[in-house]
Amino acid sequence: MRRMLSFAGRTLKEMLRDQLTIFFGLGFPLVVLLLLSIIQANIPVDMFELHHLTPGITVFGLAFMSLFSGQLVAHDRGSAFITRLYTTPLKAHEFILGYTLPVLPLCLAQSAICYIVAMILGLKFSANILLAILMNLVPSLFFISVGLLCGSTMSEKQVGGICGALLTNLSAWLSGVWFDISMLGSAINAVANALPFVHAVELERAMVMGDFSAALPHLPWVLGYTVVFMALSVFMFLRQMKRQ
Amino acid sequence: MKNAIEIRKLTKDYKDIRAVDGLDLEIREGELFALLGVNGAGKTTTIKMLCCITSPTSGEATLEGKSIASEADEVKKIIAMSPQETAVARNLSVRENLMLMCGIHGFDTATSRQKTAQMIESFNLQKVADKKSSKLSGGWQRRLSIAMALVSDPKILFLDEPTLGLDVIARSELWDIIRDLKKRMTIILTTHYMEEAEELSDRIGVMKDGHLLMVGTAAELKEKTGEDKFENAFIKIVKGGAV
Repeated sequence: MRRMLSFAGRTLKEMLRDQLTIFFGLGFPLVVLLLLSIIQANIPVDMFELHHLTPGITVFGLAFMSLFSGQLVAHDRGSAFITRLYTTPLKAHEFILGYTLPVLPLCLAQSAICYIVAMILGLKFSANILLAILMNLVPSLFFISVGLLCGSTMSEKQVGGICGALLTNLSAWLSGVWFDISMLGSAINAVANALPFVHAVELERAMVMGDFSAALPHLPWVLGYTVVFMALSVFMFLRQMKRQ
Repeated sequence: MKNAIEIRKLTKDYKDIRAVDGLDLEIREGELFALLGVNGAGKTTTIKMLCCITSPTSGEATLEGKSIASEADEVKKIIAMSPQETAVARNLSVRENLMLMCGIHGFDTATSRQKTAQMIESFNLQKVADKKSSKLSGGWQRRLSIAMALVSDPKILFLDEPTLGLDVIARSELWDIIRDLKKRMTIILTTHYMEEAEELSDRIGVMKDGHLLMVGTAAELKEKTGEDKFENAFIKIVKGGAV
């Protein structure tokens, strides 16, 4: 436990001390929230109402956590630092937990800050918001697993491309955060519904509204993707560890 | 003197390439043994197998009587490695890197603080102790890298190209550190610098294409090859001109 916690502490420090993590992880979702709120103030659009927009922004922000965790794993793999650690008594599950657990409080903090800013902008506080922040742990685990998976199989540069460009775009355009995806036609709508992003956003929206029955149909999608990607990321991490 | 490392017919294949071929070697306790060879000789693969990072294809090795194949967890408790490249956590300070290694070895906070303070003092790291490791010069990073390897009081220390790319002063300072470590633990050193191997080692093994060509003290290798300079002796051994 002590070994894992020491390694997790290092992961947390590495991420918090990276200015890009802070800017994109916290700053960028807030900038988007502020910009869309300004648009909403001038041209009212239902989609941009804070109770509708903020849950989506919190899910969109989690995509950056994939990028940061993936880049850290890929950087470690590409450096001699991991070679050093592989000669220590640190075990495989302690590596995986040490890379995963510290990102969870960052995800929660990111969601909480988004809601706090939204409340400053006019979102009414309710206990449902606290539940919504907690519910974001499930998509957080999904995004962290994607990061671990990419970090275990790709170079740092490739992780930047896949998580930084592809994943953030998928979670921006196929999640229904800022427009109704049904407008994109039935084919894209079907693709979006087969992916977890739109379900994570709808789950979060339902939690904020306290409409738990509306949340239920989306939960299996998000949970299913999370379990599959967690299993895949653990498998690929162990495989690359063995290949060293 | 008893053997710290015993290697029997150790072999490693990577697809079509045999990186290490039936290596037999014994390294005595407290000895500083240098592994020399040109690139691709099999030095790093040998070290990776001894450090339980890579599994051997066949053969066996024991470190302090513990098998790398069946007792990897036990082996990892008594070894430490300072890899060739910079092997430090870039955004952590020198002190934090040392604390991290203490934590990874399972020491409690009080012991970790004590060991960290001890390492900072022994390696004269006081003036950079709270500096981010990514901001350190190459020489300071190598010094930190070796200090990180020593926090666990290993019985066997692997130093992979410890002075590669360092200037003369930084290299000389690291040599002093390595000399201080001699006799306190068994050290396996890989290097491309002939003078480094000659200056620091008790015995030297020369590898080529996965085979150990010759083992002996620097003086013995010079004598066997009939050369006055160790570098010439090494070239003769590798080129196949040795007796």
